[in-house]
Amino acid sequence: MEYEAVIGLEVHVQIKTESKLFSGSRAGYGYEPNELVDPVVMGLPGSLPVMNKAALDGIIKAGLALNCIIPDQCKWDRKNYFYPDSPNNYQITQYDQPICDGGYVEIELEGETRAVMGEHKKIKLTRIHLENDVGKLNHFAEDSLVDYNRAFTPLMEIVSEPEMHSGAEAFAFLTAIRQTMIYCGVSDCDMEKGQMRADANISVRPVGQKELGAKIELKNLNSITGVKNGIEYEIKRQTQELKKGRAITQATWRWDADQGRTELMREKEDAHDYRYFPDPDLMPVLIDDEWRNRIRAELPELPFDKQRRFVEEYGLPYTITSVLVPDQELSAFFESAAKESPKQAQAIGNYVTNDLLRELSEQEVALDDCQITPEHLLSLVNSVEKGVITKQIAKDVFIEMFNTGELADAVIERKGLKPDFDEDQVKVWCQEAIDENPRPVEDFKSGNEKALNALLGQVMKKSRGKANPQTVNPLLRSMIS
Amino acid sequence: MSDTPHIDIEKVANLARIALTEEEKATFSSQLDSILGYIDKLNELDTSNVEPTAHPHSVENVWRDDQAESELPTSEALKNAPKERQNMVVVPKVVE
Amino acid sequence: MSEALYYKTIGELNGLMDSGEISSVELMQSVVDRTQSVEERVCAFNSFDAEGALAQAAESDKRRAAGETRGPLDGIPVGIKDVLAVKDQPLTCSSKILADFISPYDATCIQNLKQAGAILWGRLNMDEFAMGSSTENSSTKTTSNPWNLDCVPGGSSGGSAAAVAAGEAIVSLGSDTGGSIRQPASHCGIVGLKPTYGRVSRYGLAAFASSLDQVGPMGRNVADVAHLLQAISGHDRRDSTSFKIDVPDFAAAIESFPGKQWTFGLPKEYFENAESAASLKAVEEAIEFYKGLGCAFKEISLPHTEYAVATYYIVATAEASSNLARYDGIRYTRRAESFDGKDSVDIYHQSRAEGFGEEVKRRVILGTYVLSSGYYDAYYLKAQKARTLIRQDFENAFAEVDAILAPTSPNPAFKKGALTEDPLSMYLSDIYTISANLAGIPGMSLPCGYSDGLPVGLQILGKPFHETDLLSIGHTFEAAHEYSREHPDL
Repeated sequence: MEYEAVIGLEVHVQIKTESKLFSGSRAGYGYEPNELVDPVVMGLPGSLPVMNKAALDGIIKAGLALNCIIPDQCKWDRKNYFYPDSPNNYQITQYDQPICDGGYVEIELEGETRAVMGEHKKIKLTRIHLENDVGKLNHFAEDSLVDYNRAFTPLMEIVSEPEMHSGAEAFAFLTAIRQTMIYCGVSDCDMEKGQMRADANISVRPVGQKELGAKIELKNLNSITGVKNGIEYEIKRQTQELKKGRAITQATWRWDADQGRTELMREKEDAHDYRYFPDPDLMPVLIDDEWRNRIRAELPELPFDKQRRFVEEYGLPYTITSVLVPDQELSAFFESAAKESPKQAQAIGNYVTNDLLRELSEQEVALDDCQITPEHLLSLVNSVEKGVITKQIAKDVFIEMFNTGELADAVIERKGLKPDFDEDQVKVWCQEAIDENPRPVEDFKSGNEKALNALLGQVMKKSRGKANPQTVNPLLRSMIS
Repeated sequence: MSDTPHIDIEKVANLARIALTEEEKATFSSQLDSILGYIDKLNELDTSNVEPTAHPHSVENVWRDDQAESELPTSEALKNAPKERQNMVVVPKVVE
Repeated sequence: MSEALYYKTIGELNGLMDSGEISSVELMQSVVDRTQSVEERVCAFNSFDAEGALAQAAESDKRRAAGETRGPLDGIPVGIKDVLAVKDQPLTCSSKILADFISPYDATCIQNLKQAGAILWGRLNMDEFAMGSSTENSSTKTTSNPWNLDCVPGGSSGGSAAAVAAGEAIVSLGSDTGGSIRQPASHCGIVGLKPTYGRVSRYGLAAFASSLDQVGPMGRNVADVAHLLQAISGHDRRDSTSFKIDVPDFAAAIESFPGKQWTFGLPKEYFENAESAASLKAVEEAIEFYKGLGCAFKEISLPHTEYAVATYYIVATAEASSNLARYDGIRYTRRAESFDGKDSVDIYHQSRAEGFGEEVKRRVILGTYVLSSGYYDAYYLKAQKARTLIRQDFENAFAEVDAILAPTSPNPAFKKGALTEDPLSMYLSDIYTISANLAGIPGMSLPCGYSDGLPVGLQILGKPFHETDLLSIGHTFEAAHEYSREHPDL
């Protein structure tokens, strides 16, 4: 029998704000324990929550970017449960009136090769709601220590419909959310800092069966690859169990990334009864078109839209867009050069995604801090276009520009990279190469196209790299035949 | 509401995280059953077309701007903690 | 008549201090001495710091000498119910679980009092977490009614009422969730005002039931109450439920009665069941007084009154079950002594079992139950809808009348221990006060006579944010009677 997995994801994303969701204490990472606390964050008697407007703006932005409906009203509810990381032993969340309804995430699956675009799909969302984060437990041999710095940081929970079927889809789903949130400036989605966390609900059923199988909740998926590997492992495990004729019972499992396997945390949910009720300390939120439109106007072009546009407008190949687009800043950098010289967009894209990224990474410099500007790129591609330098030499010029901040013209001038010979001289070099290398000439004549490269190499050597292969190549052909 | 309201005292006390003695369980059960019996009065009311009141005076969109304000010094925040180490609150080892 | 300093009005004390006849330190000393002489019998305070209070008085005297007095409360000792956070002072809520807690911050109303130059004086006893009508549910002590030490002072602000009645404070702050200011004020023969929900910030008030709680002033006369209300009123950005509305001049408003043709409503549901005929008699005499002034009266109906207690005990306990979840033995509350350090769940069960008294446990369990899975619609949602009907009763009534007059309590103060075994009867004794909290309207209790030597209170209920009406109506009665000058024999 064939089996299929059905996967739903609950993704928690911290919204980037100065202060916390319900108090003025700072929201931040990497501080001393219990440094970012105040009476609200510690749940002291008498403390009261007050909404942070920026967190509302943030989640509305996220919701609009993920195609949600933003209803006219939402409200706050208390979810009651006892846990040491929860200062009030209730979480302020949104039970039956979330701020974002429905929506979908466009995802891209991996293509056959890196050069090929993968399949695109829409994964429906159930909702996105806002809630306060909790503190952090640090476990020791004998006890645990609680740091409440993270408590009350604004956290949105993005809930997908059970519509995914593989670890790869879940991976793509998370990647898409992450990129969208970063694009919108809503969150940095750094999983190591806990800014993005995911739980998965996974069930397996025989293909063709309508009802879902027993649901396993998978926790501790601490990285995007962890999500992929954890889910794939869990699907395999459940499928094998079913094939052995064993039933799956609803339970919570955790992914152990070190061991590369999942392990049982607890059998069925221990009778959670969260006793939701409207939080009497907070007033409802009414959202009108003016508010929605204001946020909508702030939305950036979203990653897949940009990618499609780069292909259409600039004729970029998929490989370049797939490097550019995940990096909003790099995309903008590319485009400010490309729009000045759209015909050379592909060349510009190549310099950005190959040469620039290589130098940035080798020299450990951020794009913002490096000396290369769109103007540099334009000066370089123009020099090549005009035949002033070859593409080969352009690579060296790029490095010079990167190191000195000079424009291409200046580098070419200073280093004397302009060809100091005329076309007749090139012909002389071609004839010399033909005369000095009878073997490749014969090979070429008998149909071996590659043999021409040996001759081309000779000409380049004679010109000290300055000859333009695009001129030399046809010249050699015509001279041989 | 059922005709004869009855509290499952063990279950509810567990949800409320309060350990009760057997005596307390018995007393509370009977007291709460009689209170619930009284509360059942509300069933006489037809509330089918009535909106619930969550706040005495309805106001919406009460919020603050996203500005960081002064915090409690860690020592003040932890001065009442029953057990503290490395500026953190010590709790029994929890699994998860 | 030369009255002891501790029984003088704020107006009189200001006159004496301004003229230099007395200092705030002398006033404070008089209150400290009085407290030391009667507190053993009254037991109003959970704690007080005489030295600290005298130091605050000395600061006030310095301000006065420099001509920098901050208003009528400057240098006046104000007793504080042990439910309001004062920085570096204990905040116990009369509960074992908070017995060791020192607040690291100030409630907004406390900041306001500090701003006004008031002397923050002591921590006043109460029913644990404000749950009760007799102050017998305190884990620390049982407060006595200064008029009869065998009787309860009422509750939950019993310490606040008894201290003021006994001259242990000039005025005090209480909190009122279902009558906790008005009922003890009535029982102790003083004035107590529950402001409109949202008039006074709840920030720093340890929450019992968030949608019902309100901080309010208690004093021996209407003017004193007006001064205290003035200082604590106003919008607070730290409390999302506090209301953005202008604060009138309450002290000036108390004289405004004659300028208006008043129509008062008498809700028939509030006069049907008064248990103590004598207590009803005093209220009826007060009504006659206003009739004598030419005020119009209308019999009105608040038809959902009989559902108020049931509605209240669902809403209040549900909110309380969640509000009190933070008292868990983890961050700042007392961790159970019996806790063996092993099971992380036991720490809650045991700390809360040891830390909470019987009434708190009972209400937390009731509140947990009404919110639990499968019961929400039947109880909590139903009660929220009944609350709408009760609110509408008042809206309808206030379309016809300016204010409502009624008894504060069905009976005067009862004997200690009389109702402790029967929680439902105790709950039913709040029947006349609870509706104002459900509707969010202001209410005031004013001494209007005695029944068997125990004070009886007249309750005046007003339109939302019309505290000025209550003050002027009350002041008019008070000015024509001696009740505000009569003190218990201690």
